[in-house]
Amino acid sequence: MSTTDTTRGTDQGAQELLARGRTSAIEELRERGAVLRMSEAAARSYQDEGGAASDTMILNMGPQHPSTHGVLRLMVELKGETVLRTKPVIGYLHTGMEKTGEDLTYLQGPTNVTRMDYASPLFNELVFSLATEKLLGIEAPERATWIRMLMCELNRMASHLLFMATNGMDLGAVSMMIYGWREREEVLRFFEKVTGLRMNHNYIRPGGVAADLPDGWRDDVIRLLDTLPSRLDEYDTLLTGQPIWRNRLQGVGVLTTEEALALGTTGPLLRSTGYAWDLRRDEPYLAYDQVEFDIIVGTYGDCFDRYAIRLAEIRESMRIVGQILEKIPNGDYRLQDKKVTPPPRARIDESMEALIHHFKIFTEGFKVPEGEAYAAVESPRGELGCYIVSDGSAKPMRMHIRGPSFVNLQTLAPLMQNGFIADAVAIISSVDPILGEVDR
Amino acid sequence: MSDETELVHGVAVTRPRGETVLHPSREQYVVLISTLVDEGYLMCVDLTAADYLRHPGRTDLPEGIEPERFELVVGLLNHGTRHRIRLRIQVPEDDPTVATLFELHPGTEALEREVFDMFGIGFDGHPDLTRILMPEDWQGHPLRRDYAVGSIPVQFKGAPSHR
Repeated sequence: MSTTDTTRGTDQGAQELLARGRTSAIEELRERGAVLRMSEAAARSYQDEGGAASDTMILNMGPQHPSTHGVLRLMVELKGETVLRTKPVIGYLHTGMEKTGEDLTYLQGPTNVTRMDYASPLFNELVFSLATEKLLGIEAPERATWIRMLMCELNRMASHLLFMATNGMDLGAVSMMIYGWREREEVLRFFEKVTGLRMNHNYIRPGGVAADLPDGWRDDVIRLLDTLPSRLDEYDTLLTGQPIWRNRLQGVGVLTTEEALALGTTGPLLRSTGYAWDLRRDEPYLAYDQVEFDIIVGTYGDCFDRYAIRLAEIRESMRIVGQILEKIPNGDYRLQDKKVTPPPRARIDESMEALIHHFKIFTEGFKVPEGEAYAAVESPRGELGCYIVSDGSAKPMRMHIRGPSFVNLQTLAPLMQNGFIADAVAIISSVDPILGEVDR
Repeated sequence: MSDETELVHGVAVTRPRGETVLHPSREQYVVLISTLVDEGYLMCVDLTAADYLRHPGRTDLPEGIEPERFELVVGLLNHGTRHRIRLRIQVPEDDPTVATLFELHPGTEALEREVFDMFGIGFDGHPDLTRILMPEDWQGHPLRRDYAVGSIPVQFKGAPSHR
């Protein structure tokens, strides 16, 4: 087999190498057997029978453990302080949102999906709206696109700031927690001014956004961009160069590119392995092809890389926001298609048809042509996808969200294997799962 | 849609809205995916299912593909060419099983468990096909279309305490 490979021309060489590396990564993942595959009952009897006699034990970490970011429960098989196998047990936050989505109209849909990844709600709304727009065959007006981009980049900053806070807290840098929340609060204050809500905005909707940016938004954003750099420098002083922080993170939870690809990992986790893949650049949506930014990649694929990447991504997002401020065009903030977007409030007073359209859209919703579509965006945690099947009615027949946290969670077991239980906290934190999205 | 059915690797293709959708049979499915892996589709991004119970007469299938109740939907990504392929596999109601992708894409483990949990579609060869989101002793598969919303009584009202 290897002889045919070498004779098969050189232009395919890199491809062959990657495929081989991939196969061995899959083999290795399997042979290491990092995932604990054991039912509740089996775990209980393991504890009763074999556990006491042997030197291994099963420990339940969570679901109420503060460092598990919500209600993640990990069944960890321990030998002394060393983690052997891990099983993430999820579903504690499962509220059947995909099922609920089948009972809501396309206009109500964003209200539902925005509650999935509650640290970056605007991305959920965006991906749902993009999938719906794909099915409808419409495109949001230019200003709406730029508003979406502005809000999403600010949301990415807020989400990564939240990561900074929780990552710091998980590892004992408690003052970092206060700093991270403080800066995130600044961003949320802007969101409240624009959307009326600090979280779960329902702001990005099929056809555009719910409302135009309020007066004085530009000053607020500029103030934010002026405040943050010095605060981020404080993070550098507090954490990046600090020996305790570095020793706690460097070389912990190392992921290789091949493993990451085999496990379907996306986002900062994939980029930390040195693999430059960012949907904003590689499959540009919105107007990301008109702004300049860098994709931050790591080298070692360890927890420190993942921390550093997110910190750098905040700075990149600020760079994008700065360009949006300059380039954002004037115009409509939502599509003027009476079948999709409600008419302006003023029109309702003077036009019977406008009133009818308004009424119809909010009671029946709008009909979406039969078919299926998948849209994907780069959320702070990786590829966030939305798959919608329409049967031609006003409600989706199937609405599926591909949550990056859900898929990325599978890296936990291989990352934690043969590490200390104390490092488990650092690893969970660096994967940054949002359980609302994992369980949906 | 063109009149003649286009084929890639012997599998019918449709291109709705600029996306590439392949329609393999259950027998072709795993072989096709391993061919696509060799072609550079190294990542399985998404794996989910849809229940067409209330919408059986869909029109977006190519000729020769018999619509079934369930459909397995797999998203593949080629990082090199930045191209995506979606696979739609028809899964009949009376035998809802498909071969697992675990050997080729270990990252589908959780996604396949979710599909099993939500739709009751089994995956042959999956290492740990158990419920992932619902409790282990749950009855039924919630995302099936005949599993009505609100059919479960509210659980937390006066529920007996475990302690």
